[in-house]
Order: sequence, then C-alpha cells, then structure tokens
Amino acid sequence: MKYMMLIYQGTTPTPPSEEWDRLPEDEKKAVYAAYKALNETPGVTAGLQMQPAETATTVRVQDGKTLTTDGPFVEIKEAIGGYFFFEADDLDAAIEVASRVPAARMGGAIEVRPIVAW
Amino acid sequence: MVATIEQAFREQWGRVLAALIGFLGDFDLAEEVAQEAFAIAAERWPLDGVPRNPGAWLLTTARNRALNRIRRDRTLVTKTRLLQVPEEAEDTMDATSFPDERLELIFTCCHPALATDAQVALTLRTLGGLTTDEIARAFLVREATMAQRLVRAKRKIKAAAIPFRVPADDVLPERLAAVLAVVYLIFNAGYGGRDELASEALWLGRALAELMADEPEVHGLLAMMLLLDARREARVRDGDLVLLADQDRSLWDTAQITKGREALDRALALDGRGPYVVQAAIASLHAEEPRDWPQIAALYGELTRLTDSPIVELNRAVAVAEEEGPEAGLEIIDRLPLEDYHYLHATRGELLRRIGRIAEARVAYSRALALVHDDAERRLLQRRLSEVPRSG
Repeated sequence: MKYMMLIYQGTTPTPPSEEWDRLPEDEKKAVYAAYKALNETPGVTAGLQMQPAETATTVRVQDGKTLTTDGPFVEIKEAIGGYFFFEADDLDAAIEVASRVPAARMGGAIEVRPIVAW
Repeated sequence: MVATIEQAFREQWGRVLAALIGFLGDFDLAEEVAQEAFAIAAERWPLDGVPRNPGAWLLTTARNRALNRIRRDRTLVTKTRLLQVPEEAEDTMDATSFPDERLELIFTCCHPALATDAQVALTLRTLGGLTTDEIARAFLVREATMAQRLVRAKRKIKAAAIPFRVPADDVLPERLAAVLAVVYLIFNAGYGGRDELASEALWLGRALAELMADEPEVHGLLAMMLLLDARREARVRDGDLVLLADQDRSLWDTAQITKGREALDRALALDGRGPYVVQAAIASLHAEEPRDWPQIAALYGELTRLTDSPIVELNRAVAVAEEEGPEAGLEIIDRLPLEDYHYLHATRGELLRRIGRIAEARVAYSRALALVHDDAERRLLQRRLSEVPRSG
C-alpha cells in the first residue's frame, strides 16, 4: 500500500521566519535530524521541497476564461507545506511514520492519503 | 431446535465472520458469504440436525462459496486458468483449525482512523451480528444513513489498509482503550432504555474478557457493566426513573451482581487500578446497604485523578454530602465548571432542599429542568421539584 503524506505546517515555525530564528539551536537541529531520519526510513520517497504557501497561485476556469488569484486554494495557514510518499503494509505503519514528522508535534498535522493502486 | 439454531447463530456469527475476513481480506465478500452460509444452515439444520461443530461447518460452507465466487470472477476476467487454491481449504475443518480472530476484528472495527459512530456501528454489525436496520433503530437514525455509515467505514478500511490484527505492544494500551470506549458507549446507549444494546455490550464485554484475560481494564469494564445492568429492572417503575436509594432491591439481579464482583476480583488480582476498575469498585459499593460513603468518596477522588473529569467530581460531591453533610457537597459543586449540566443543578437543588434553603433549591431545580432533554429524567425532576415546599 502506498500513501501520500501531506504535511500541513499550521503554526509550526519554518525557515525563513522570525519564529524559526527564535527556536533554540537544539530544537532546530532536532527538526533537521527528524526529517533526515524520515527520508532514510525504508519505504519513504522524499518529496520535493516547496516554496512557502505565500508564493502559490490559484487557477480557475470560468466560462472558458482563466482566472488566477494570489495565494493558495485554502487559507495560508491551512495550505500544504510539503509531502512525501510512504510504502508500507498498512495504515498503522503510516501513522507511526506520520507521528515522527516534526510538524505533527509543533502546531501542524499530517494527512495520510492512500494512493490508488492499479 | 429453532432455539438451538438461533443460539448457534448468535454465538458463531462474529467468529465465523472474523475468520472469513482474516482469510479473504475483504469485509464485503466475507459478510456476503457468511450470510449465505447462515441461510443454508437455516434451511438444512432443521432437517439434518445441527452439526457437531456448527462454527466450523458455517466457516467451511462460507469459505467454499467465497472460493467459488473468486474462481468464477477470475474465469470471467481471464478465461484462462483457475485461481490457485490449496485443496485442503475445501476440506471440513475440525475445531482446532478454526481460528478465533475476533480480537483482530474488533481492533480493526475500533481503529482510531474511523469515526467513533462508525466504530460503534461496525462493531455491532460484525461482532454482534446486528442488522443495519437494528443498529439504525437503536441509535435513532434512518436505515439509509446507517447503511451509508457502514459502507464508508468498510471502504476506508480497504482503501487505507487499516490492518486486521491485534496492535503491537507499544500502541496496545491506547488502542485497547478505544475498543473499551466503544463497548462502553454501546452499553451507555442501552442504559438509556434500549435494553438490546446493553445486552450486546455485555456480550462483547464477556467475549473480550475471554480473549484478553490478562487485561485488568477488560475485566473492570465487564464488572462495571454487570453491576450497573443488574439494577436494570429496578431503575424504572411505570416508565419513571427511580433513584438508587428508592429502588426495590428485590428487583436487583443478585446472581449478576455476584458475577460482576467476581469480574472485579479478577481485575484487582491483576493489579488493575484503571478507570473502569475503579468505576466497577464504586458500582459494587453502591450495591451494598448501608453504603460506605467515605469509601465511595475516596474512589471517586481516585477516579477524578485518573480522568480529570468534573462530572466525576460532581459524583464525589454527592458521596461527600452523604458523609459530611450537604454543605460539604455544595462547596465542591460550586467550584465545578458544569453550568450547562442538568445533573449539577439537580444535585444542588437536592442538597439545598436538605438544609432548608428552599428558594434556592427551587431555582436550581428549575435550571435543571430547563437543561434536561430526556423525558423520563424531566418527569423525575418535576416530581422532585414538586416535593420542595413552596415557601421556606
């Protein structure tokens, strides 16, 4: 079973920001170490790094006309901050991996979405 | 004969279905072939007699039907060769090879990735063998709504690969707590008057106690349910609720109280000190006369420590009032953040009445009446308000 793990940062401090800079050095190191460990976990395929949600552009088509708006589809703090893939036997394994994503304990959440297998 | 067959169905449904899901890995297919097997049994057993091992007979029959169906589907799709299935799968199993996978099933049904109402419905459907319609009626929702709930839950189990197994030790405590919470929820829904749900919860509780004999909280929950349910007949008189102190004790099921206390003893022997064990101990003390109020208050104190629940604290206040007087109870009650909880105001009303603060008692009872939803509870409150003197 393959899962897409969607990372919602919520109020998690992320670089570059003042909140991130205010984090103790140990905490920053722990965050980087946790992501490194995740990427090295068997079954994990790392996602590509996304620019902050502020840089997103949302596109709609109405009556054949393309409408673009600045920002993500949802509110900025509700936007996806990153993703990775995880291949495992079952949901319990995916929940365990999700619980190790720093955002899950720092004010955000991880959404575990099963991928359709063909 | 009919009774024997019904009993076999009742006892075997969950176990047969669990084994089928374990074997097939598919809830829907398992449920369909289980139903077919039970239908065949309902036709044949009255003529041929109940087989020596009804469960194995049902499982074999269901499994063969599933295999035939898979073969047929494969044949349609590929038109080439049959699905490779070991031949012994079609032999009649003896009792020893009939796996009991009900625990795996209940942990799947009560997986925290499913919504609580879906967990409850799925547990009643798969383990309890209740029909969708029966579950819908018990929870006062439309059958179509309940059917939809079950379909969605089964779809998620499949799509998200919710595992069919007993969780690993590191997550077992929290996952077991979720299972017990579902059983307790079913029991509580039954305690509100729907007796069939209370029986269902007791049945699940007994099955869990048998399957997880080393877990004190499992015995604690069973003990608590047995002790509370033993007073079922005495709780209602002519459709009206009767408070514990006014209950006709001859209506209590003493055999069941004994069983409840035995389950409590098992839990205590396993060093159980969790919330269900403590609640069972309280229920056991409530079944004694005279009641040991200091001990009851101490146990509620322990339960408050475990659950941090103001509702438990309200119960402690009642016990403290009995032991030390109404003022001591009121002092606890007035600190609780339960402004919208009708029991708080009803309890205040009763304690105020006892110390002659009549006007305040009437206000408290009126506040309780404004907040109550259940008709039987409303009538009880009205009766008690009518017993408070008009002036004082």
